[in-house]
Amino acid sequence: MANVGDILEGKGICICAGSGGVGKTTTSAAIAVGMAARGLKVCVLTIDPAKRLADSLGLKELGNEARQVDPALFAAQGVEIEGELWAMMLDAKATFDELVARQAPDEESRDRVLGNRIYQQISNALAGSQEYMAMEKLFELHTEGRFDLLVLDTPPTRNALDFLDAPRRLMQFIEGRSLRVFMRPTGLAAKVAGRGASVALSVFKRIVGFDLLADLAEFFNAFSGMVDGFQARAKRVNSLLADRRTCFLVVCGPQGEPVDEAVYFHRKLVEAKLPFGGVIVNKVHYPAERLRSDNGDLDTTLVEKLGDKDLAGRVAENFADYQALAERDAANIERLARELRTSGVIRVPYLDEDVHDLAGLAEINRYLFASNEERIQRAAGHAG
Amino acid sequence: MRGYSHEHPLFLPGREIARNHPVTDLLDKRLVFVTGKGGVGKTTVAVALGLRAAAEGKRTIVCEVSAQENASRIFDHTEVGFHEVEMAENLWSISIDPDESMREYVLLQLKVRAMRDMLFRSRIFNYLAAATPGLKELVTIGKIWELAQPDRKVKKGREYDLVIVDAPATGHGIGFLQTPRTFAEIARVGPIHSQAQQLDRLITNQKNTGVAIVALPEEMPVNESAALEHDLRAEVGVAVDRVYMNGLYPERFSNEEAERLASLAEGENGSVRAAARAALSEHNRARSQRAQLARLRRRVEAPVKTLPFLFEPELGPEAALQLAKRLG
Repeated sequence: MANVGDILEGKGICICAGSGGVGKTTTSAAIAVGMAARGLKVCVLTIDPAKRLADSLGLKELGNEARQVDPALFAAQGVEIEGELWAMMLDAKATFDELVARQAPDEESRDRVLGNRIYQQISNALAGSQEYMAMEKLFELHTEGRFDLLVLDTPPTRNALDFLDAPRRLMQFIEGRSLRVFMRPTGLAAKVAGRGASVALSVFKRIVGFDLLADLAEFFNAFSGMVDGFQARAKRVNSLLADRRTCFLVVCGPQGEPVDEAVYFHRKLVEAKLPFGGVIVNKVHYPAERLRSDNGDLDTTLVEKLGDKDLAGRVAENFADYQALAERDAANIERLARELRTSGVIRVPYLDEDVHDLAGLAEINRYLFASNEERIQRAAGHAG
Repeated sequence: MRGYSHEHPLFLPGREIARNHPVTDLLDKRLVFVTGKGGVGKTTVAVALGLRAAAEGKRTIVCEVSAQENASRIFDHTEVGFHEVEMAENLWSISIDPDESMREYVLLQLKVRAMRDMLFRSRIFNYLAAATPGLKELVTIGKIWELAQPDRKVKKGREYDLVIVDAPATGHGIGFLQTPRTFAEIARVGPIHSQAQQLDRLITNQKNTGVAIVALPEEMPVNESAALEHDLRAEVGVAVDRVYMNGLYPERFSNEEAERLASLAEGENGSVRAAARAALSEHNRARSQRAQLARLRRRVEAPVKTLPFLFEPELGPEAALQLAKRLG
């Protein structure tokens, strides 16, 4: 069974994808730490709700640019960073503004876009901009070539697919091709497009109100000089994602629903011809199967050893509960491996403390980067 | 008594008021949004709330807003779709698809059939409908509004006492509930402007509309729940009525017992050792969870209620029913 280090051998980009609440941010950070420990210059891009994690990396005051993490922090946890670990928190709005500034033919068009209300809504609040900008930042850092490996923690989306879909949708909107034709003030458009379209437009006007359309028209006009630049860039971003040196890791939890989503997401990756690297399952209850043989007299043995029937009963009950969860996890992981046709499911156990600091990261790391032997030992140690 | 020791009760700190004088109870509201970080169990809590309200005799509908249809999975219906489906006595469910909502909205807006047909066929309309950022969220909230009307707009629409929304994961804050206001600001005049304003008034009507936040007893979910409550109150202006701390482990062992189990684990092998270690690790988790619960209570203003972790392979109707009984 491979570990994360083997999977990422020779890769330049690692994208951790998965639905919300499965530990993506923690996993991304742990992967970056592990690869930096192996001597690479690594940068992890994360999203800001993970503030506590950022704090623990010493990154309180981080903006939209990469900062180096003090290796001494990890040395204290027994992890030697042979390479360099950098981290940054994505600021979608700032990234979008930078992108506009770069693509604008002149200052006037730049200011027109930045000052447009539709643009402000899109870049600030609306769905898709975070995903788009995460890709954009990834591309920018990649082009600069400062790092050996970039690890991207994808934004928390409703489902993992949004991440692939949102940038395309947003781009489609910005292009606004079909719309711009109709909104040109020359009146020529109506002739070209025919009567049907202009009636549709007037009906739409009636529903949404004229000002929205006027703002949209202004938005598309302001953007029109940049569309080609945006398109060309989007194309390059897409080919970067499909590159051999890029690797998608699917992160999920061991319950039925996250596993379903991981399977679904994997299928979409394959359909989109994007490079799938492996799957990481967090918070796994490791089974104690091999100990089953002497389970029969466990209850009596516990009473004997503890000399307390009530306590022994609770210990046995707790153990049964734990094993039920372990069996569920094992069954789900087996299904996951089958559906993904991989034997390389990397499991991280459900640790006693939830992971939000350096010690926790170091602990997770030992599972992500364990050799086969270490893994077996660890699993045995954890369950029994 | 400490809040009353000064001259005037108005000097009560906000959190004391929220604790001591819960205004109206959550399920007496007409519309409740269940929200929180991804993976905290929003769907299960939404369904449990629905079951509880239904058991109290309220005609209740639970709304799923993305295309995920988690609620129907709990009830093992293969598909709910954009229909109101009866799940249990007094309890219905619907999956609100934005495209269907848009269609329905247009049907209600335009009485002339030829015009509607023309619109649906129009490339430009479909483009705008699909691409205008936030429009999907807006029409989704529009449908929620429609469901919550005593006088339904939809023909032969059933009247509900309570509409519960399994809201999208907060992801990046409060976007979903803020959509109407955002839209009202973009479209300064016209029907969308006034309707978006109407939706915003519905969401911020603290008497009839409430929010329940679901949290987990872990560091980051607690932080995010506290931040979410703050943003919901300060930026959206909604009432946050409850925070449910979900998935709380039982405290099966005392510290003294844990020490005995630790020495047992040291000296034993096989199942006894495994059982002792499983007990210890649960004890540790239960303890760290209690610390997170205390943090949550310190950091939010709304009353915090706890829900137990259910040791079940998959959460089905039984689980939702169990939780429904435990809801505070």
